[in-house]
Amino acid sequence: MRIDLNGAPIETRARTLQDLIEEHGFADAAVATAVNGSFIPRTARETATLSEGARVEVLSPMQGG
Amino acid sequence: MFYGTDLKSRLMLGTAQYPSPQVLREAIAASGAEVITVSLRREGSAGDAFREILRQSGCRILPNTAGCHSVREAVTTAQMARELFGTSWIKLEVIGHADTLQPDPFALVEAARILTEDGFDVFPYTTEDLIVGERLIEAGCRVLMPWGAPIGSGQGLRHREALRTMRAHFPDVPLVIDAGIGAPSQAMAAMEMGFDAVLLNTAVAKALDPVGMARAFGAAVAAGRTAHGAGLMPCRDMATASTPVFGMAELA
Repeated sequence: MRIDLNGAPIETRARTLQDLIEEHGFADAAVATAVNGSFIPRTARETATLSEGARVEVLSPMQGG
Repeated sequence: MFYGTDLKSRLMLGTAQYPSPQVLREAIAASGAEVITVSLRREGSAGDAFREILRQSGCRILPNTAGCHSVREAVTTAQMARELFGTSWIKLEVIGHADTLQPDPFALVEAARILTEDGFDVFPYTTEDLIVGERLIEAGCRVLMPWGAPIGSGQGLRHREALRTMRAHFPDVPLVIDAGIGAPSQAMAAMEMGFDAVLLNTAVAKALDPVGMARAFGAAVAAGRTAHGAGLMPCRDMATASTPVFGMAELA
């Protein structure tokens, strides 16, 4: 399945957001997630199924003003 | 009080644009700030070092929605920040124009309403407009953050008299000057006028010596706050001698 992960098109076997996070080695507790512009809480990642063309954002704490 | 939290230092410091993580760490300490702002971004190279600084700083974290141009983007970013940082505080920015980075007041009020209803403590980045301020209060904000000048411009208090009016109009609302401050004297002026805090980033991060400048801003904000508490003398048009005339010798 083809999806967008942080703005880059990728091919993935992941069926859920949790699978995707594990597949890409993100530190589970150190990221926040959104799919198609909507926030997905950590507790909902296992039930959040991905579909073709999904836009997934996995964000981390960064410097800010 | 900022949503029930009292702060000894009234300087809030941004964490972006520093020459190195070490300089950032030392600048936070030198400033005395108890609140630092952070953002959410796609993971970069220096992520681990940055998270370690956040942990060690002991500061309260104020996540921002910087770069968001729509209500939806800002609300989603705020929700992500709340989970990641474990705080209901959010510095709400909804940018209306790419060049001036001025807030979009209409989207700002809408996003503020959604977020306060969802339990957030919203720190809205706004202008000195009184009606927008009132709408934000109606939407549930208990703090307002008017700009001093456009973000990163270093112009200081560009609309000083309007800010003075805003201070008088909202006597019981904590007001934080956010953005545009370039020099400690400008931060001190804001505090002398009775503002409750100053939030800045670039003026420290882009100084030749950010740690020294952080210390200068911390001192300026503290001095301005003390001066406001002590009550400034009124201005006069004419001179008035401070040394008494009584008892003066006749030498002419």
